[in-house]
Amino acid sequence: MKTIFRGKKITGMLGVLPQTEVKFENEVHNYNFPEQQTLRLKKIMGYEKHRIVKETTASSDFCVFGLKYMLENNLVEKDEIGGIIVVTTTPDYLLPHVSNVIHGECGLANNVICIDTNQGCAAFLHGLMQAFMLLEHVGDKKVILFTVDTLSKKVSVKDRNSYPLIGDAAGIIVVENDPNAKDIHYIMYNDGSRREALIIPAGGSRLASSEETAILRDLDNDGNLRSLDNLKMKGSEVFTFVQAEVPALVDETLHFAGQRKEDIDWFLFHQPNKFMLKKLADKLEIPYEKTPMNIVENFGNPSGASIPINIVHNLGKAVVDNTYQCCLSAFGSGLTWGAMTIELGGMDFCEMLISDY
Amino acid sequence: MEKIYRLLEELHSEYDFAANDGVIEEGVLDSFDIISLVTMIEEEYDVIIDALDIVPENFNSVESIANVIRKSGGVI
Repeated sequence: MKTIFRGKKITGMLGVLPQTEVKFENEVHNYNFPEQQTLRLKKIMGYEKHRIVKETTASSDFCVFGLKYMLENNLVEKDEIGGIIVVTTTPDYLLPHVSNVIHGECGLANNVICIDTNQGCAAFLHGLMQAFMLLEHVGDKKVILFTVDTLSKKVSVKDRNSYPLIGDAAGIIVVENDPNAKDIHYIMYNDGSRREALIIPAGGSRLASSEETAILRDLDNDGNLRSLDNLKMKGSEVFTFVQAEVPALVDETLHFAGQRKEDIDWFLFHQPNKFMLKKLADKLEIPYEKTPMNIVENFGNPSGASIPINIVHNLGKAVVDNTYQCCLSAFGSGLTWGAMTIELGGMDFCEMLISDY
Repeated sequence: MEKIYRLLEELHSEYDFAANDGVIEEGVLDSFDIISLVTMIEEEYDVIIDALDIVPENFNSVESIANVIRKSGGVI
């Protein structure tokens, strides 16, 4: 899909994090590898600390916490909301939908449309596409987009490939019509033939979760213990996918938008790990200073919430007071990869909240 | 080549890579070892290894590692 969204603007953003912060050093003993070998990854990958939810926390908890904060602080009014879109791989239940949980907990009006979509690390770009399209049909109302994942519940603590980088978080984004907004150039690609590069094998209709699927095994003989209920990531395949597809996509998107790399103030990418982002910046020949890569070391990789967390952490109030030309790119399960150019600025708010979840 | 052996032994001191090249072919380097080795090579040889060259096939023998370094502009 290659398109231009016109007259659409992001006017507010919240990041919501769990209270619990765990240091990488304190988890090294969980892994079936020599500690010194594992600790070497700290600097290279950016493993420092990550935020993990409590066992009792569900994805909707972050969203309700954030939306209630927005309502109580008059950052948005209930009667301004035309629709809520939730993008997550970790819904509270198969039914009801997370958007309906938020709708009920926040007491929204019956004419507010509720949409849930399952999408991984490309969630922010996928959700924005849906929000922009929905804005065509809600008059002068706003759409609230939630990108939320609590993937720590789906990753084995004995999987060194994935657990050190996992971080739980939500991004809450207010999107609205603005006839003066600059055009948003948007490209999204998919390749379902490579879908098993990131997979949670059990728990869906293909293979129900059972005692058998919960058994931890070294299924790939690589020293990592995980069950069929856990996320499995083929790290090398994902790395090559990102390095092969994303630079070409970013170049194509900038060309589509008629912008040069020098015109971009910030390259705001999904945050898989520091090594991958450095290599991406090298390949694109863009400066590290314009390409934040510090989310994993501070919070872990927040999956679908990574770009909002990136924006809130690295730009924060600056995106309220200033305007920046930005190139965003997200990539992950599916396999899915997308990019967009967008002017970010003049937001009403851009804040990080630490929840008690 | 001595530098490459030294880097490999820094990664896995339990093996004598110089005495037995076949150890790498047996697959002792996992994907994180390869990433660590890439970082060490880039520092040691002052090169940037192209991301698309970071695939297991290029790190399955001392000679293939040397080829990646040469391709990146490093002098062996």
